[in-house]
Amino acid sequence: MKIPYYPGCTLNTVAKGFDLSARESARTLGFELAELEQWSCCGASFPLTPDNIIGLTSPAKVLIDAAKMDPVVTTLCSVCYNVLKRTAETLAEDTERQKVVEDFIEERYNPSIEVLHFVEILRDRIGFEKVKEKVKRPLGGIKAASYYGCMLLRPFKTMGIDRAEAPTVMEELLEALGLEPVEFPKKIECCGAHLAMTREDVVAKLSGDVIESATGCGAELVVTSCPLCQYNLEEAQSRAIEERRDWKTVPIVYFTQLLGYAMGQTEGVACFDKNRWDARELFKEKGVGSCQG
Amino acid sequence: MPRIGVFVCQCGNNIESTVDTRKVAEEMKDLPGVVFTCSYKFMCSSPGQEMLKEMIKKHDLDGVVVSACSPHMHEATFRKACEKAGLNPYRCEITNIREQCSWVHPDKTKKTGTLKSMDLTRMTIERLKRNRPLKTISMSVTRRALVIGGGIAGIQAALDMAEGGIEVILVEKEPSIGGNMARLSETFPTMDCSQCILTPKMVEAELNENIKLYTYSEVEKVDGYIGNFTVTIRKKARYVKEELCTGCGECWEKCPYKAESEFEMELKERKVIYTPFPQSVPNIPVIDAPDCVMIQKGKCGVCAKVCGPKAIDFEQKDEFIEEKIGAIVVATGYELMPNERFGEYGYGKIKDVISGLQFERLASSSGPTGGRIVRPSDGKEPETVVFIQCVGSRDEKKGVAYCSKVCCMYTAKHTMLYKHKVHHGQAYVFYMDIRSGGKRYEEFVRRAIEHDGAMYLRGRVSRVYEKDGKVIVQGADTLSGTQVEIEADMVVLATAMVPRGSAVELAQRLGIGYDKYGFYNEYHPKLRPVETVNAGIYLAGTCIGPMDIPDSVSMGSAAASKVLSLFAKEKLAREPIVAHVDTPVCNACWDCLTACPYKAIEKEGIRDREGNIVRWHAKVNEGVCQGCGVCVAACRSKCIDLAGYRDEEVFAAINAF
Repeated sequence: MKIPYYPGCTLNTVAKGFDLSARESARTLGFELAELEQWSCCGASFPLTPDNIIGLTSPAKVLIDAAKMDPVVTTLCSVCYNVLKRTAETLAEDTERQKVVEDFIEERYNPSIEVLHFVEILRDRIGFEKVKEKVKRPLGGIKAASYYGCMLLRPFKTMGIDRAEAPTVMEELLEALGLEPVEFPKKIECCGAHLAMTREDVVAKLSGDVIESATGCGAELVVTSCPLCQYNLEEAQSRAIEERRDWKTVPIVYFTQLLGYAMGQTEGVACFDKNRWDARELFKEKGVGSCQG
Repeated sequence: MPRIGVFVCQCGNNIESTVDTRKVAEEMKDLPGVVFTCSYKFMCSSPGQEMLKEMIKKHDLDGVVVSACSPHMHEATFRKACEKAGLNPYRCEITNIREQCSWVHPDKTKKTGTLKSMDLTRMTIERLKRNRPLKTISMSVTRRALVIGGGIAGIQAALDMAEGGIEVILVEKEPSIGGNMARLSETFPTMDCSQCILTPKMVEAELNENIKLYTYSEVEKVDGYIGNFTVTIRKKARYVKEELCTGCGECWEKCPYKAESEFEMELKERKVIYTPFPQSVPNIPVIDAPDCVMIQKGKCGVCAKVCGPKAIDFEQKDEFIEEKIGAIVVATGYELMPNERFGEYGYGKIKDVISGLQFERLASSSGPTGGRIVRPSDGKEPETVVFIQCVGSRDEKKGVAYCSKVCCMYTAKHTMLYKHKVHHGQAYVFYMDIRSGGKRYEEFVRRAIEHDGAMYLRGRVSRVYEKDGKVIVQGADTLSGTQVEIEADMVVLATAMVPRGSAVELAQRLGIGYDKYGFYNEYHPKLRPVETVNAGIYLAGTCIGPMDIPDSVSMGSAAASKVLSLFAKEKLAREPIVAHVDTPVCNACWDCLTACPYKAIEKEGIRDREGNIVRWHAKVNEGVCQGCGVCVAACRSKCIDLAGYRDEEVFAAINAF
């Protein structure tokens, strides 16, 4: 099985571990993430302002190129997923805008394109049971908090990846990997997002609250699928340790890092060393993560 | 040659200011068949009507055209006047030259209005020349009424009708009548105990010899039309012989098995043989068959052993009863929106997050805690309670767009009940707006705030979660522009009122309209609030939309008075504007049958001498037909015509334009 894959800018640069471990995991699970031959930026969240048409052209082009391979495309980054999925919905529903976009990029748009998040493929096409079978380094005993943030879930009707206010898909995956999911109240709160550019104090507060809420519930690790969340959470921790002596830092990792590592990939693939707090230290401390077979 | 009179009304200046009525009258004079025309200041006034009658006699008119306001206004007035002058009332036709002409053509030169009035009047004259005198249809009527739903609205309707001497059949699907009101503790704004004011009415309904009670029963089928309905009622198996049971309670005392109590909103268990609450009417238990070990596995039978009068019957089956009635009052009530939908409030997951109705049970002296307000999780008295309003209401995205109307009031009441029972407790209310329109309602809310110290915060709650045995409520206070976090012990959600899950199915069975939520549609939301499009079927209570007890009771009485006035007549008379089938032409394609929104078309067979059906054709049930004309348009063989609007008449009017 080959699935058209759109990595997006961040995964090509700072979140390399997110990308590499996902590709490697796919191979282990018997399918291939086939990167689009050509791709551009999804446009981040800007194309989704209601009156903007020109902004839709960039994600539309991605969808058109993907549809040439297979009318389905997968991505990992929550923001890319959000933008592509909402663009697909907008263009399928609003034929007038679709026409304008088509005229501008001089290509036909295929409205049957389906945008899937990587975790949806794991859940619906592969099955978490099969993932569980492939685990070679059980991460038992590690208490992990799944932080969904906004973009993976909202707007609820369009994204529809899981139950709106009480999602569990990430927890189910972590459970399959042998971790112990931790339920915490702020798992779908906002991290502060782009305010990282203009209002660092707001981001520090929001992201800090998220981490405190998670660690307060016993989490030793926070898992995300969004590079911006990952950055903001790490940044918030860096600030917090300067200001508060009692602050206990936790590694902030992408879910594919854990997926690949649990399935026995070589340590280099996940790039744990690229995260500010290396999860391997936690594994060592807990005495888990040694390869079994 | 017809002898038609044309009366053009000036309506003071309403018409005259943009229509030259004299000119209109003058112009009509020379039309063939018109023998008299005039313009008059107020045709609807007494002198106007007198003049109309006089002219009919003087000129021996056989038809009258009144060019005036909309027929909705005065068609009945002028037709009555004509009838008094000896003319068939349906030989009087109205031209609307006000709403659809003078008011919408403000041309002060009067040119447009006058020309249009002439056209419209001429069209009516041509139509009138071809229309036939009609006679009102009279039908027999069965003087018995059916009430569906034994909540307060249904009980009130039944009592009023019974008082008026009508035999009433009251059908309730639960084992006892009483409805949601029986669950309430106190009622706003007077704070009198709900059960204390409801149970006398329930007992009255049971004892009234004009009321026949079917509890634990449902309406299965409805046939017929106004004055002549036949309904089939399914009497669900109670497994208790009603005629033998004395209601002594021995059976439910001794029953060894338990199940969750529906009446107590899952806050308490009940026995498997049970009455929903102590004051149940009738005081006859039912066996909850799916949970009964005897019925499921054939073991136990304790209730049968202890029953003195031997009333337990495990072999009982559902019974079907047919009743003939003349009118129906639908009062099926409401339920709360299932708030598992609101994951952000932790409902269903956090034990101390409860619904408004659950709080009523906690506060009720006959409730699961005997009126002590405690946390369902550990039975402790809550020191801080947060009330969240508009859960699902006014929330188009996740709930419903409408306001549930009673929540502002009952939340204020809840804060007071709480404060009266837990003196040191603090109540917080998150609200969007306080909607307290109603007699003594605003004063009541002020009392909750000023006297009983409820803290009202204007804003929404974003999340509710558990932490160290507390329920943390995160929300916004938009008046001070801050975010608030309250460590509460209990959270009460004012969940949206929605129609019963079975409401739509029942509406389809009855042939009445409903909105996108499943609330029943009134015939006219302001002027005919308890009638439905299906004549003879009336509405009362919260099946129409959210409302409080006083409104429900008023509507129950209103529906009852409608039925009583319907039954006051010897024969039912109705407008003869109904469809007719030209039977020899009908080819029995049944397009009309599928098109008719009122189920007024029936299949009728023509029999030969041996009695075999040789041919089918459509037949219109005059009792049910509303004269909408959909069948006329649907009929491909052109064999259906609508009295008063036959093709010939309508085309003549169009051709006169």
